[in-house]
Amino acid sequence: MLRGANTCLPIFIKSLYPNKYFCQPKQVDQLTLLDLRKFNRSTQYLISVAIVTVIAASCYFNASLINYKIVALVLLMSVSILAMLLDILPVLLAAVLSALVWNFFFIPPLFTFHIDNAEDLLMFLLYFFIAMVNTVLSFKIRKEERKARDKEEKEKAIKLYNTLLNSLSHELRTPIATIIGAVDTLKENKEQLTAANQNELLNQIDIAGMRLNREVENLLNMSRLETGMLQPNFDWCDTNELVNSVIQQLSSCTQTIRFDQDERLPLFKYDRGLMEQVLLNLIHNAINYTPADATIQIDVAQQSGYCIIHVSDNGKGIPESEIQFIFDKFYRLPHTKTGGSGLGLSIVKGFIEAHGGNVTVENNRNGGLTFTIAIPSETSYPHNLKNE
Amino acid sequence: MNKAEILVVDDEPQIQKLLKITLESNDYKVWQAETGKEGIVMAANHPPELILLDIGLPDKNGHEVLKELRTWYNKSIIILSVQNSEQDIVSALDNGATDYLTKPFRSAELLARIRSAIRRNQLPNYHNKMVCGVLEIDVAARWVTKNKEPLKLTATEFNLLVLFAKNEGRVLTHRYILKELWGPASQTETKYLRVFVGTLRKKIEINPDSPKHIITESGVGYRFV
Repeated sequence: MLRGANTCLPIFIKSLYPNKYFCQPKQVDQLTLLDLRKFNRSTQYLISVAIVTVIAASCYFNASLINYKIVALVLLMSVSILAMLLDILPVLLAAVLSALVWNFFFIPPLFTFHIDNAEDLLMFLLYFFIAMVNTVLSFKIRKEERKARDKEEKEKAIKLYNTLLNSLSHELRTPIATIIGAVDTLKENKEQLTAANQNELLNQIDIAGMRLNREVENLLNMSRLETGMLQPNFDWCDTNELVNSVIQQLSSCTQTIRFDQDERLPLFKYDRGLMEQVLLNLIHNAINYTPADATIQIDVAQQSGYCIIHVSDNGKGIPESEIQFIFDKFYRLPHTKTGGSGLGLSIVKGFIEAHGGNVTVENNRNGGLTFTIAIPSETSYPHNLKNE
Repeated sequence: MNKAEILVVDDEPQIQKLLKITLESNDYKVWQAETGKEGIVMAANHPPELILLDIGLPDKNGHEVLKELRTWYNKSIIILSVQNSEQDIVSALDNGATDYLTKPFRSAELLARIRSAIRRNQLPNYHNKMVCGVLEIDVAARWVTKNKEPLKLTATEFNLLVLFAKNEGRVLTHRYILKELWGPASQTETKYLRVFVGTLRKKIEINPDSPKHIITESGVGYRFV
């Protein structure tokens, strides 16, 4: 199981947090530009031959200025640099080639592979040995570094995966605990319970059931989005009626939900089921993150072929640095009240994009948060409907 | 009316309401806190008989709250959490939790654990003579009887039984027991513990294969009832 987790987890987690955990810092990007291992093997061979040739040629044309022993050091340095940037085989080629070039063009007698002097022979053999060892050691060090990096990434992925599972298990187990506990209390302590308490327990069972249903619904919707199974069913919809119906479903919340209905609003063409889920998730999000006496305001407008819906609240808003992550799957604002699987807003984004629209979020000047949905939509006024 | 005061530290309004009604209908007085900080302040201002503490709190991890409470609060703390990994349970018990109950839980079980934890609070700190069902333990005389018949226990078995009896109803982790009996250096030697628990069970249980006194808490430790 762990082997499976090792291979699948990074991909899974990457798909969950495209921005937050896997964006590469700028420095790393610059380093990867220098990493020539991204080229195929033949290109790497060409690069290694080209670099050795260029350096050897520069030394050759400046032979009057540089002693042939210094040339060996220059060539050795070029092999060392190549060892950091290329795969092992092109570097081995560079090492062998540079040794031969040094022998042929620089070690007296010139233009022959023959070496007269014992000291030169020893130097040539040492050059060859050091170049080889350098290449192999650099390769091994890089391999170990890669292993350590992979291990660290896997550990991070497993940790994040566990956090997500904990969050989901919290969201499912809390309402289950409420239902089981309330039923137990109703069954075992009925005589001691006042009528008001019995009603309160029934009410809690109802709320817990709805919460469980919402979580399961969110998981199923996310799965529909992930598998590309989502096909919006466009039809003419009365947005005033839709918003009122959503508000009615959330009537038990303590916050005030305001909606100033615009009677002149045309009918829009969208998937009513998906848009209902979008509004439910947005308003529910506002309920979860605002104080009990907050106000949630909903506005709907038509604007150049778009249906625009604003959902705003007068809560605390969110730190600007967190706004970019708010639509990520399973993302939850740090240090906030528990509750919510972190799927609601990513479903909102998925559903709105399925309509060809977009959703944005910004902090209000006077506090609180505003979500703005814009979906391209045909419009029709009820008196024209007979023509449809 | 037992009127024992219980502080519930949990940020879930549904669980708060459920516990309040369930506990009040069983004659407990309930105080509630939604955050770790609020819980610590309330416990300090008005120390309750027992604290029910959730691990997943918005401001602080429940383990941290538990550690902080344990620096001065010596009555029972029961952890109520959705986290059910052995690591979480062992860590909470090692940090001084009296008991650990995972959500979802049965009300009857919660109430039984609360009764047991409160009973523990009311026991004197030093027990010279203890009676646990058919067992009678005289700590000073190092004497144990079962159904009035004397039991022959080795020194380690006797110490283990006394440790269990002093912590009746409480889950003791392997680490804790090993540390108490053999010192800090032996905290990982669980095989010794299993051997001594096995021999002790043979002597004190009616049916050692289905123990009624020393209950195994899988992966965590033992509970003496």
